[in-house]
Amino acid sequence: MAKIVIDGVEHEVNPDNNLLQECLSLGLDLPYFCWHPSMGSVGACRQCAVMQYRDADDKEGMLVMACMTPATDGAIISLEAEGAKSFRSDVIESLMISHPHDCPVCEEGGECHLQDMTQMSGHNYRRYDKKKRTHHNQYLGPFINHEMNRCITCYRCVRYYGDYAGGTDLSAQASHHHVYFGRHEEGVLESEFSGNLVEVCPTGVFTDKGFSENYSRKWDLQTAPSVCVGCSVGCNTTPGERYGSLRRIVNRYNSEVNGYFLCDRGRFGFDFVNNPDRLLEPVQRVDNTGELLADDQIKALIKEFKADGTIGIGSPRASNESNFALRAMVGEENFYAGYSDVEHDSMQVILELASDVAFHSPSVREIEAADAVLILGEDVTNVAPRIALALRQSVRNKAKDLAEDSRIPQWQDAAVRELAQHERSPLSILSPAVSRLDDVASDRIIESLSVVVSMGHQIANRISASAPSAAASTEHSEVIEKIAMQLKSAKRPLIIAGNSNGSDVIKAAANIARALRDGSDGPAIDLCLLVPEVNSVGMGLMASAENPLGAALEKLQSGEAKRVIVLENDLYRRAAKAAVDAALTKATKVLVLDQLPTATTANADVILPATAFSEHEATYINYEGRAQLSFQVHQCQKQAQPSWRWICDAEHVDDLVERCCNEAPGFARLREVLPGENPFVAGMKVPRQSHRYSGRTAMLANVNVHEPKQMEDKDSIMSFSMEGIPAQKDASVLASSWAPKWNSNQSISKFQDEVNGELKQGHVGCLLIERKNSSGSYFEAATELKEPSAKQLRVVFSYQIFGSDELSARSKPIQARMTDAYIGLSPQDARKRGLSHGDVATISPLGSPVVVCIRTGIKVGTAMLHCGDGNISPADFSGLIEVEKSATQTTSRGIGNLIVSDFHEEEINS
Amino acid sequence: MLTLIKDTLTSQVVTLWRVFSHLWVKADTVEYPDEQPYMFPRWRGRIILSRDPDGEERCVACNLCAVACPVDCIALQKTEDEEGRWYPEFFRINFSRCIMCGFCEEACPTNAIQLTPDFEMAEYKRQDMVWEKEDLLIDGTGKYHDYNFYRVAGKKIGGKDKGEALNEAVPVNVRSLLP
Ligand code: SF4
Ligand code: SF4
Ligand code: SF4
Ligand code: SF4
Ligand code: FES
Repeated sequence: MAKIVIDGVEHEVNPDNNLLQECLSLGLDLPYFCWHPSMGSVGACRQCAVMQYRDADDKEGMLVMACMTPATDGAIISLEAEGAKSFRSDVIESLMISHPHDCPVCEEGGECHLQDMTQMSGHNYRRYDKKKRTHHNQYLGPFINHEMNRCITCYRCVRYYGDYAGGTDLSAQASHHHVYFGRHEEGVLESEFSGNLVEVCPTGVFTDKGFSENYSRKWDLQTAPSVCVGCSVGCNTTPGERYGSLRRIVNRYNSEVNGYFLCDRGRFGFDFVNNPDRLLEPVQRVDNTGELLADDQIKALIKEFKADGTIGIGSPRASNESNFALRAMVGEENFYAGYSDVEHDSMQVILELASDVAFHSPSVREIEAADAVLILGEDVTNVAPRIALALRQSVRNKAKDLAEDSRIPQWQDAAVRELAQHERSPLSILSPAVSRLDDVASDRIIESLSVVVSMGHQIANRISASAPSAAASTEHSEVIEKIAMQLKSAKRPLIIAGNSNGSDVIKAAANIARALRDGSDGPAIDLCLLVPEVNSVGMGLMASAENPLGAALEKLQSGEAKRVIVLENDLYRRAAKAAVDAALTKATKVLVLDQLPTATTANADVILPATAFSEHEATYINYEGRAQLSFQVHQCQKQAQPSWRWICDAEHVDDLVERCCNEAPGFARLREVLPGENPFVAGMKVPRQSHRYSGRTAMLANVNVHEPKQMEDKDSIMSFSMEGIPAQKDASVLASSWAPKWNSNQSISKFQDEVNGELKQGHVGCLLIERKNSSGSYFEAATELKEPSAKQLRVVFSYQIFGSDELSARSKPIQARMTDAYIGLSPQDARKRGLSHGDVATISPLGSPVVVCIRTGIKVGTAMLHCGDGNISPADFSGLIEVEKSATQTTSRGIGNLIVSDFHEEEINS
Repeated sequence: MLTLIKDTLTSQVVTLWRVFSHLWVKADTVEYPDEQPYMFPRWRGRIILSRDPDGEERCVACNLCAVACPVDCIALQKTEDEEGRWYPEFFRINFSRCIMCGFCEEACPTNAIQLTPDFEMAEYKRQDMVWEKEDLLIDGTGKYHDYNFYRVAGKKIGGKDKGEALNEAVPVNVRSLLP
């Protein structure tokens, strides 16, 4: 700790940080633009000037940029000195010289960091009367709007997009006051994290396109703390609603999980909530037409389903509460897993490893701290996107070490990057095809999945001889040696695998991690095992290992079970079509609870509408086993209810959570995520609406001029109103980040205990799975797989960030980036079959149509199958497939939206 | 004591004199509704939405009037034409709540919303006090004749490209290296 004097007051600060960061941590208002809490300083904007004095006698002082000056012990500075203040107001005046007169028609207005800083710096009248320089805008795809006139050249966008997120298609162009930030030509921004530009850019240059089409000011949005349901990372979000429709999602800071950034699936994939196809009424099928169900009919139905002979199928995309309610209703022995049997098997392995004391499941922040990473067989960018962004930061740990050796502070972003050049911490990827992380990989091996697995085992064996070895091939022995040494010498090694393609890869990954610990009592090794859906882990804990989906379908088919309740799930995505068809036809009654129509609801006898994530309070468990609470944002206007409310008589979420803690093994700590009563003053609730929320007496006046009573929320500590305890008093329930003078998302520093720290009184979630005291043993090295015949290819399943997630695929902006089901082939395999890029082919056994995508970065003999938006079920394939050119060549979306680096587009047959 | 009585009597006589003296003064009130009173142009009465000098809707749906309104009686939704011009999809004022404070007019950056001297707004049914854009929008510029927000703003709209607004230079050629 260092002591510095700011405007005559002594403060304790951290000398490893710069003055700006420390001023903000102390809660002082100092304007800035180019500094970013997770990107450090470059000193580009000159807005953060303060006066620094040599000693107590120095009355003159000199101007320094707070973000470029370390907070050294004994420093004396002044924010209020006349010289500093007038400098800051001159700087902002010059930044505003060409600023357009746009605020009323600017999407950033009302949450604009530039507006805030202009106010704070005291510039309010444009004296410059010469002409403003102007720019043309670019089309940047379905997610982002571009309005270059509003730029203040802080360089945050290119630093984020290029340096932080690894994007290659956004750059600074031209010179002097003509500097332009855009693509080299118009087109879709390629990065999967482009949406963060909206929040990183302090002005209205990059704005959310979907939000603009359905626009509302920040102060008019009804918001609540929520959790992204796009994948198993569980990033924290703030969705906003107005006039009954969900308008946008912005990041909500969680120091352990997503920090300041989301992926584009999470940010733009919420629109399914507004989908006109939403199921909103309880119906039952009578002679192929839907008939509305009355309350007493529903009661009778539920009673009927409570009788013996009913089974329930859970869902990895439904909350813990709904899964638990179904389990409680049908009984544990009749509750079946709602994902494919392959996934079920690998989930058992994952859960076993999750309670093994040898391993640690790292949070996203911990992943950033890894100094040697090995990814086995998983396409992280498409399965758990936010983790890929964290991995891009992990490779910078080498640079940070180098900086430390040269005594350069970590926050000196440009200097640290300049020093490191292309030096990176090791990140090795072994997989059947190139991935979007390859540009930062130190080694990347493209091999068939079985070779990847066996290489994994060999690495484990190289690290510790006690690990079982696999049949060694000499081909990659050097790389194996190298990776083993890198992992072994690392301070914090990290092994990543996932269950996209069965459990063999996971077992190999676990063996490597176990070898690294090698029976010692040393620290647990980071082993990150990815699962695809928001509550895969929660449902995995809930469903017994003996109850896979296949068993449920068999039970229905054999008549052993007569009725089935399907919870928020499309079984046709989980099991082979024939098996699902047989089971559903045989069942006497099929009750489906869901949000949107699916192939399963089409075969249901009764459909009960379920609320979407923003319409109910719920808990989910992410890939680490971290339970998180997501609040309700708005009411569903129609008859949809949380699934649990249809099938059990619990009154509140809290009651169910309580029961779940007591009755479901592994959930004992779930209640810790519920907000405590303590922070609430005089029984006041936390408002979901800002104190500026407008239109209260006019929004519904067209329907009835007599305003209805404010909607009550009996379930939650939040209210559907403007009144209550302001967010500043309790940061753990941060409906929306706002502080006096700080209208933009940069106000988050007012809620952190220090910059980049935890939210004040915050809740980062709660790790549910307890580790046993003893550690398990090595897995057997997997046996060789059957060799494919000349015609066959080995299939691996490929996730796509846009399309593989069932719900976000029903959102308009995401649909604009989706592809058809496609098959990725190496040029050699394609040539053999007479296929060219973009052809339509059929694949065995069902003859499903897929688009051919020829990529140079795919292992020969491997076919990467992307199942599209449920067009094909992975369960229909077992290992080997045949591909043939199709007679019909029509596609709907094609594969034009695919962004990979290794297309092989030249004519194959010539 | 004596002075107190004297003062009280004088004061009452003076007051009475003042009252009666008004018998001969011309009345300020008029025989409304037979006779219409003179309304000052800046009187804060019925609210209208005006058009710019080119005859287009002035309101850009910025929501500032709505947020300024102390009784929250304005609700609107932004939409956009094909060429990027913002305007309200609906614009509603609940006059049964409006207190004619004029904050909306003061907040409006485009001079779109204006209060007028019309005060005759009584209705038999309260529901009829809810006015939509069709009821609010007039054909003229109202009190402010010349201002056209989109001529000043940098946003491109139909008929005005980048660099064509007031005080704007032609758009930069980013490929040029000239100073
Ligand atoms: S970027 Fe900010 S200051 Fe600039 S026009 Fe938009 S809201 Fe106004
Ligand atoms: S576009 Fe935004 S982030 Fe990029 S330099 Fe301009 S103001 Fe900064
Ligand atoms: S990484 Fe996953 S949880 Fe995070 S924003 Fe993306 S889809 Fe949502
Ligand atoms: S303040 Fe003016 S421009 Fe903005 S919404 Fe209201 S009337 Fe329209
Ligand atoms: S924030 Fe310090 S110079 Fe930009």
